[in-house]
This record gives sequence, C-alpha cells and structure tokens, in this order.
Amino acid sequence: MNVTVQHRISSWGPSRVYLRDWIYFKRMWWSVLIGSIVQPLMFLLGVGLGVGELVDQGPEAANVLGDTSYFAFYATALLATTSMFVLAQESLWPTMDGFTWSNAHQAMISTPLNATDIVFGKMLHYAVRGIVTSGGVALVLALFADTRSFGLIPAAFVGMLTGLAFAMPIAAWTATRTTDNSFPAILRFGIIPMFLFGGAFYPIEQLPTWLQPVAWCTPLWHGVELCRGLVLGGLSLGAGLGHLAVLLAFIAAGILAARVTFERRLRP
Amino acid sequence: MDAIASPVVATGLVKQFGDFTAVAGIDVEVAPGEAFGFLGPNGAGKTSTMRMIGCVSPPTSGSLRIFGLDPVADGRQIRARMGVVPQLDQLDNELTVMENLVIYGRYFDISRSDVKAKAKELLEFVQLTEKAGSKVDPLSGGQKRRVSIARSLINDPDLLLLDEPTTGLDPQARHVLWDRLYQLKERGATQVITTHFMDEAEQLCDRLVVMDGGLIVAEGSPQGLIAEHVRREVLEVRFGYGRNIEMMPAVDGVGDRIEVLPDRLLIYTDDGDASLSELHRRQIVPESALVRRSSLEDVFLKLTGRTLVE
Ligand SMILES: Nc1ncnc2c1ncn2[C@@H]1O[C@H](COP(=O)(O)OP(=O)(O)O)[C@@H](O)[C@H]1O
Ligand SMILES: [Mg+2]
Repeated sequence: MNVTVQHRISSWGPSRVYLRDWIYFKRMWWSVLIGSIVQPLMFLLGVGLGVGELVDQGPEAANVLGDTSYFAFYATALLATTSMFVLAQESLWPTMDGFTWSNAHQAMISTPLNATDIVFGKMLHYAVRGIVTSGGVALVLALFADTRSFGLIPAAFVGMLTGLAFAMPIAAWTATRTTDNSFPAILRFGIIPMFLFGGAFYPIEQLPTWLQPVAWCTPLWHGVELCRGLVLGGLSLGAGLGHLAVLLAFIAAGILAARVTFERRLRP
Repeated sequence: MDAIASPVVATGLVKQFGDFTAVAGIDVEVAPGEAFGFLGPNGAGKTSTMRMIGCVSPPTSGSLRIFGLDPVADGRQIRARMGVVPQLDQLDNELTVMENLVIYGRYFDISRSDVKAKAKELLEFVQLTEKAGSKVDPLSGGQKRRVSIARSLINDPDLLLLDEPTTGLDPQARHVLWDRLYQLKERGATQVITTHFMDEAEQLCDRLVVMDGGLIVAEGSPQGLIAEHVRREVLEVRFGYGRNIEMMPAVDGVGDRIEVLPDRLLIYTDDGDASLSELHRRQIVPESALVRRSSLEDVFLKLTGRTLVE
C-alpha cells in the first residue's frame, strides 16, 4: 500500500460521528428549512390570525394577555414547539436506525470512537437540525410587525435548546428499544399533550390549578415562556435564567442517561 | 512466545449473557502474521469471541490481551490498530461506496486527503474502482462484502478480524474474496477468521481451533488436525435412507472407523480404493459409493458427533 496511515485516536470524536448525519442532512437541508417555514406559517395563519381575531376582541383579553396580541402570544411559542416536534422525531426513528437498521453505531464503536462520542455526535446533529428549524420560524416571525424583534435571535437558540431538552432524554430511551412499536405512542401521549397543555395556546394560569404544576415540570413550558419573553419582553432576568436552567438540566440529564444506555446497547 | 509479541492472547476467556454461557473458557494465542481460524457450527460462540477480541463486548471472566493491552481499559488504542469485518455488513446503503470508506476513515482520525487516496487504493485492491460513485444498496452480496473488507483496511490494521467473510456468497464470489485475503496475508497482516465452512478454513488458515458449544475441542493446522483425528481418505457409501445403520455389521473392518449419518456411511481409511475393493469382494453393493480426501468436516464429526452445516 502506498498511502500509510498513523494509528491515532481523534479528539474530535463527536464531530466524526456527526459527519455521517451531516452528509445525509446536506442532501435535504433545503427541504428541512422550507418545512420549518411552511409549517409554522400554516399554524400562524390558521390559529394565530383566525383565533387571534376572536380572542383579541373578547372581554377578558386584556386581563389574560396584557397588551400582547394573541397572534404574538401564540407565534412566539412556535419557536419552541416546532423544534420540539422535529427533534422528538429525530431522536426516535433516525436514532434507532444507527442501532438496528443500518447498524452505523455498531460500526462506529469498532473504531476508536466510543459510546460517549456517539451521544455527543447525535447531540450535534439535533442541535444543527434544531437551529435550522427554529431559525426558519424566526425568519417567518420577522415578517410580522407584532413579533419583529432582535430577541428572535436568542429565542431561536432557546427553541433549539427546547428541542434538545426532549431529544436527549428520548434518545437515551430509544437506545433501550429493539423495535419502533412504541414510538408513535411517545408522540401521541407525550409530545402532543405537551403541545396542548404547555402554554403554547394560552397561559397555563388558565388551566385548572392542579394541572399547572404538571406544566412546570415539562421542558416545553419553560422553552415557550423564555422564547416569548425574549421576543415580547415582560420576563424578569431571574425567571429567564430559571427557565434556561430547567432546559439545561433536562439536556444534561438526557446526556447522562444516554451515555449509559448507548454504552449498554452497543457493548453487551 | 513473548506475550507482547502476540496480537491476541486469551486464557480462560468466558462470555455469558445472563445465565447463558456463549463462550465457556477458551485459551487462544495468535502469532504475528498468522491467519488464525475459529471453525464451528452456528451458535458455537465464534462471534461472541470475535466481539470480545474486537473490544466491543467486555469478557465476563478470564484474561484477554490484544497487542499486550487490556481490551476494556485500552479499547480505543487497540481498535485504532484493528480492522473488523463483522458477520453482517454494517454499511450505509444509501451512501456511495466512496462515502462509506471516507466516513469510516475519518473515525480513525485520518486526514481528508489521506483518506481519499487510501480509499481509492483500497477500492482498486478489492476491484471495485468503477463502483466508487455507486450507492451500496444495489451492489451484490459479494461486492458489499468487498466494500466491507476495503473499509476494514482503511487504517492499515495490524490485526484484521473477519467474521464469516464468505457466508451467503456464491462460489465465484467466495473465490474472489479468498484471493484478496490471501494477498493480504502475503503482505504480513495478522488475520483472525471465523467460519463454518471447512473448505474456507483449509484455504485461509495456518492454524485453527475447532469450537463447539462455547469450548475449543481441537487445535492445530488444517492438515495436522486431519492427520491427528481421521484417516487420510473417506469412502462414502449410501444404502438408501434409513438402511445405513443396518449395514454397519456387514461393512465392519472395511476401514478403520465408521460414522453413520442418516443418508450415508462414512468409512475412514488410508486407502479408499482398497476399501471399496474389499466391499465388492464381500459382495456388498451400495446404491452409490465415492472416495474422497478427509476434511475438517470429518474432524468435526469425529470430535462432536455432528456435522458442521446441518
Ligand atoms: N447479545 C446476546 N444476548 C444473548 N445471547 C447471545 C447474544 N449474542 C449471542 N448469544 C448467544 O450465544 C450463542 C453463541 O452465539 P455466537 O457467538 O453468535 O455464535 P456463532 O458466531 O458461533 O454462531 C448463541 O446461542 C447466541 O444465541
Ligand atoms: Mg457468528
């Protein structure tokens, strides 16, 4: 052989894991971006404008929403919810693929890469996917006077973090599954209820008192509140940092769990 | 032999999955430059052993040293020097052959330009240059296997692990593969190969162990094992299904030893033709008779009472 190779261990393991996802993503990033513009646009036109008209004219509007329009209230939540939907899906089937159908993760651990590299590599992939998604939503929101703000930039990153707060724990769980039978249930009974009850459509104070603490425990509510605060104002620094801390805690817990489950799955 | 000089040294190696023991305590030492085989039927524990050697499955007990290092503590360093062809191809079907090699090379921290040059060289070696830009999915089984082999060589491995390299391939594809593996061996690469084909073991391995039920039942060179355990030739006679056992007394003494299979009798002998003449002299007329050289299949049958490929 003419080309000789040094035997080395990369200190950039996660980026090497990500390379594979990137090659796939490169082929379709355009459709991902379009998707993340079209889907929120539909929600905005369907719910934001239609329902907004009704709500803003209602007698209680000022009490519940303050001087925010319902359109702005709902639209800012989409920064967090859209990324939640996309990354929750991404941490199910496409992540399962590496463990079963393509065996790509199995191939990776036959090289100097290890399970932790794979966890952080996947995280990198979710993060890129998440920022493209939230960034697309932010572009849409910049079109409307009610939501046009420099706060959209940090809010897009918070949207991504909200997605990661779902993706990392779900990925940890995915690594323990041998089939995808239960995946639709995760979306139906986990993600959709959060979308409905996590403060996207109305302030959680509107919920029965006993349900409100449930919302506090979900990452979505913290993501939604933070995105809304960054774009529309009205959030104290303390509350903002609190929301951020919860999101980071979910991500950190997900990483720790995934390191264990990925290792167990890949090295029986 | 110095333990550091041997790429693989295992003593009392055990692998359990829950209560189930897949590898029940084996001793193995692979010498540098050697082609070493694990021959055994399905479920013998070959893949479990390979995965321990490949540092992707921690041993339950016993000691294992690869390049003198500990596979659990030093797995990364070991894997950096190893090439693995897994039993089932782990290729990205939707990516091109070239992309598969380049991505894999990057896992080994090989620079972008080196990995491309290396990949080209390896595709030439496995005769797939014209498929570089093709997706993996439409390739034949033999071509995919060759991609796996090229990929496993991307890091210039000091030790190559091949788990059933030709299972599921047609005879022509097997010969192409054997030829490539033989060339690699000529260049001095140490190979560990598992197979349940005795012809493959005979073709590829300098030395092998016969595995059954998680244990090593014999060890030696292919020729040595045959010489040690069975006679040089086999006279295979068929009397019709189910009638073979009845004929045992009648053929007694024609050869040195007789094995009864459902469909035929195997008579082990140093001179097959002489034994056949003896049958005729006794006026025993089988439905068919053939003389062949003894193989590892016969060694396995003698040691375990079972055939390798059921
Ligand atoms: N991850 C696992 N969990 C439980 N049992 C396993 C696992 N891997 C292998 N086995 C069992 O161990 C035995 C040996 O398997 P294997 O090493 O694959 O044998 P071979 O490669 O010789 O066919 C088989 O009975 C198999 O079912
Ligand atoms: Mg096997």
